[in-house]
Amino acid sequence: MDIEAALQWLQNTAVGTAIRENEILFPWIESVHVLAIVLVVGTISIVDLRLIGVASLDRAVSRLMRDVLPYTWGAFVVAAISGLLLFTSNAVTYAHNFFFLGKMILLALAGFNMAIFHMTGIRGIEHWGVAQQTPLAAKTAGAVSLLVWVSVIVFGRWIGFTLH
Amino acid sequence: MNPAIGKSLNDFCAWLDQTALSQAIQATNWVVPTVQSIHILAIAMVAASALMIDLRLIGVFGADQPLKTVSSRFLPFVWWPLLILFITGAIMIVGEPPRSLKNPVFQIKMLLLIGALTVTGIFQIMLRTNSSFAGASRSGAGITIAVVSILLWTGIIFAGRWIAYYS
Repeated sequence: MDIEAALQWLQNTAVGTAIRENEILFPWIESVHVLAIVLVVGTISIVDLRLIGVASLDRAVSRLMRDVLPYTWGAFVVAAISGLLLFTSNAVTYAHNFFFLGKMILLALAGFNMAIFHMTGIRGIEHWGVAQQTPLAAKTAGAVSLLVWVSVIVFGRWIGFTLH
Repeated sequence: MNPAIGKSLNDFCAWLDQTALSQAIQATNWVVPTVQSIHILAIAMVAASALMIDLRLIGVFGADQPLKTVSSRFLPFVWWPLLILFITGAIMIVGEPPRSLKNPVFQIKMLLLIGALTVTGIFQIMLRTNSSFAGASRSGAGITIAVVSILLWTGIIFAGRWIAYYS
């Protein structure tokens, strides 16, 4: 399959063209994207800091996750949709941008880390009570998550400075 | 804008632009993107923390906990990152004085910020001095504060992004 042709087709669609050529459409979608990302990273850091054991120690991990993660997911959906719309406006250029590609790889890493945590690291979570430290696997998952999401934001910001 | 204020602002920007620090920042290509990234990360902490408190005020988040508990958990993560925001913001202003100070979108952002800080301050004072406000699971005043807060922080984030488009 010819990826270049597919990307070219994508950015030539009505949606892609409209976003690219309209002066205010791109900035508005981008602003929504920024707001969504800010909430994804901000809320996930609440959970990660608890996993690492430096904040919200007075709240059980399972309870904190149950309270906060729905908002993380909601914000992520908005970020993904707005991101996809932004991508279609200039698919060929973004697909060749180092920081965009890096950001996608980092997102995959974040997902991978999350999957591993939910499959194995989370075992015994019902015993991680209030004011208790979590097992090493959970601390690691939290630290990796924070590092990856911080990098997602940094890479995302650098896309704008490196578009040719 | 009042012409006298406009002229002083112009003069200030011209002066700031010529300082050694400003020239040094302008001479690099990595300072502004790096400082912006730190700025965005700090906003993430502030916005998410303010949102959790606001959602508690509305009664949809952590409603099993007293308002004071949720507030104590998240308020430090509103105020401390704000310090980082001011420092990184100052660096960006010094690095690009006209882009920020003379930009109406930036000025609006600062007004909204003053609003958000005021609302947060009012909330903290009410929490400390008004026991029925602190003890209620939900209140009209609390919901009002929450909605205004959410609108202000959203406006600040949008304005932040739009600075670049108004230059």
